[in-house]
Amino acid sequence: MIFIAVLVAVCVVLVWRRDGRAGVLEILTSDFALFGGILPRVLAGCLLGAFITEILPHEKISRALGPQSGLRGLLIGTAFGAILPGGPFTAYPVAAALLTVGADFGATIAMVVSWTLIGYGRAVAWELPILGADFTLWRIILSLPIPVLAGALGRLVYVRIYPKGEPE
Amino acid sequence: MTAELIIDITLWASVAAIGFMVWRRGRVVAVAAAREGGMDFINIVPRIALGVIGSGFIAAVIPAEVITGWLGPDSGWLGVLTATVAGGLTPGGPVVGFSIAAVALKVGGGPPQVIAYVIAWALFAFQRMILWEIPFMPAKFVWFRAAVSLPFPFLAAALAMAIGKP
Repeated sequence: MIFIAVLVAVCVVLVWRRDGRAGVLEILTSDFALFGGILPRVLAGCLLGAFITEILPHEKISRALGPQSGLRGLLIGTAFGAILPGGPFTAYPVAAALLTVGADFGATIAMVVSWTLIGYGRAVAWELPILGADFTLWRIILSLPIPVLAGALGRLVYVRIYPKGEPE
Repeated sequence: MTAELIIDITLWASVAAIGFMVWRRGRVVAVAAAREGGMDFINIVPRIALGVIGSGFIAAVIPAEVITGWLGPDSGWLGVLTATVAGGLTPGGPVVGFSIAAVALKVGGGPPQVIAYVIAWALFAFQRMILWEIPFMPAKFVWFRAAVSLPFPFLAAALAMAIGKP
């Protein structure tokens, strides 16, 4: 967060030197409007994450998506990410909830990557109209193996870095 | 506007439906879960504020023409590499990312490079990471996820080259 704050401060100075105070204020007002619009969805996302943490059976999740879940766990994570409705305000709180209830990094990576690459929401709403059916379809086909591979790579690297489990 | 409305209705309907399932497990549980969600919200708001307000300024510093320039005509693996970097640096939402890809295709960019661009944008777009992923997920997970995702724009481009599609 400190890194981001510094980066933002540098960019504010750059914009100020280029466009003056009016330029800075213009971006600030439009960003504040966006912020106001996003807040209710963030609240909904947080509530959704908390409720899902409550109702998901922890034992079953850690068996289905935990470190020992194998290829099956990665495939379940991928399928879950692909069918998850909504935008980033649902995907990330739900992913965080999965981590809390016992999914491992690998399965959660598979879910997040699958949501971003083969989730239908963005493809249908934006990619299809802008880039056309042919490109979109091939792009999705080429993306199909990525969530499982990324999850598997994540697991592989994770056990190398933390051979005795995550240090707290 | 209507799409936004549908999203909001679906979102709050899911909150209500799952909230109701929690409620049936008992009032105390439901109140505790709602309070936990509320606390998460309060903790996340400052981070989202930094993300939203900050990424607007970062986006203003990176002009879109720079990114289109990087996605020039068929340029081999160097093109795939620049496309991957450009995808991560693309500011704005899906409209911007996909439009840049469409422009790149029109001006003669190679399809494998544009595939790499779209996939890199989906995986690494800095605005989505700053605005959504970092506030909601443990920081360690986000860096881990980004690091293990690195090979995949290249893999997809290689597959696209191999099969000669799209």
